[in-house]
Amino acid sequence: MNKTVNQKAWFLVLPVLLLVAFSAVIPLMTVVNYSVQDTFGQNEFFWSGLIWFEEMLASDRMWDALGRQLMFSGIILAIQVPLGIFVALNMPKSGVWSSVCLVLMSLPLLIPWNVVGTIWQVFGRTDIGLLGYTLDALGINYNYTQDRLAAWVTLIVMDVWHWTSLVALLAFAGLKSIPDAYYQAAKIDQASRWKVFRYIELPKMSGVLTIAILLRFMDSFKIYTEPFVVTGGGPGNATTLLSIDLVKMALGQFDLGPAAAFSIMYFLVILLVSWVFYTVMTNLDKEES
Amino acid sequence: MAWMAWTWPTAIFFMVIAGLLITFSVLAIKFPETPRRGILRIETTRGDRLFITLLGSAFINLAWLGVVGAQQPFALIVCLIYALAVFRWV
Repeated sequence: MNKTVNQKAWFLVLPVLLLVAFSAVIPLMTVVNYSVQDTFGQNEFFWSGLIWFEEMLASDRMWDALGRQLMFSGIILAIQVPLGIFVALNMPKSGVWSSVCLVLMSLPLLIPWNVVGTIWQVFGRTDIGLLGYTLDALGINYNYTQDRLAAWVTLIVMDVWHWTSLVALLAFAGLKSIPDAYYQAAKIDQASRWKVFRYIELPKMSGVLTIAILLRFMDSFKIYTEPFVVTGGGPGNATTLLSIDLVKMALGQFDLGPAAAFSIMYFLVILLVSWVFYTVMTNLDKEES
Repeated sequence: MAWMAWTWPTAIFFMVIAGLLITFSVLAIKFPETPRRGILRIETTRGDRLFITLLGSAFINLAWLGVVGAQQPFALIVCLIYALAVFRWV
């Protein structure tokens, strides 16, 4: 049945809109203003048109950072999603141990980003860190401040440690919602474990998994604090992800114009992904109801 | 407002967007509508289609800037065609 939509309810969100105007819209408008001008400080600006956008679109620096960012998001998704499902499948479904698992899984999610970064920064050090020291003692040459591969592995393992729980918890919630009747039917049909997973569990989890994938993509695409604390974008530019590069440009070099153009493009990508996220979620809800 | 470093072109840019948002809000109140499904297989209202148009136009302009060069009036023509397509089929 098609209902007409009454849009008047939107006026109820006016107070939030005002708040967001001050915290986000006005700063964003300022960024747009910066992106078409040049400044040498003193709040003096000179019109420069679209050259910052042209410069950014032609700059290897931005494309390289985008490439690294996509690689980072791709790798962590490829690890976290299967691993999260695997953990969820093996968690006790009920009883005390189920609660213990849930609490333990939630712990990494409660730790602030900069603390996670500091934990891993110390953990990986070869002089005082447990991980770094052990690897060093085993004769493995591990130094995340000098070796690109070590830096990447550290960041990825850190992100996996921090966020796999989220995927696992969401997948677990999806699994819990499957009625027993499905499993009983599968048992009668003598379905193998793989078939139960493929034809019962996976389809029933698809909704929450979509949310998990999109959430993890967006979050990893915006990641700043953890790599900043652990590697600072190094060695060289090896782990300079988009947001780290942006902060270097805007605050380190005070290139407000190019940084503003960069921010707008970055914002547009996030906006696009958020829209896809929102659309997929609302459409899934509608299909379920 | 001096700290916001306003220029006329950016002011016009925002006025156009604000104008569009107000127009579509008024339209939505005066002429309520039922969402419909188009080629994207998602339910969209006029507002959704405006959003898809604006976001897509931003990418079209950037692509034009990167591939062709700073001749934005031509990019805007492409955007207009894109907008018509979105409002017709999405």
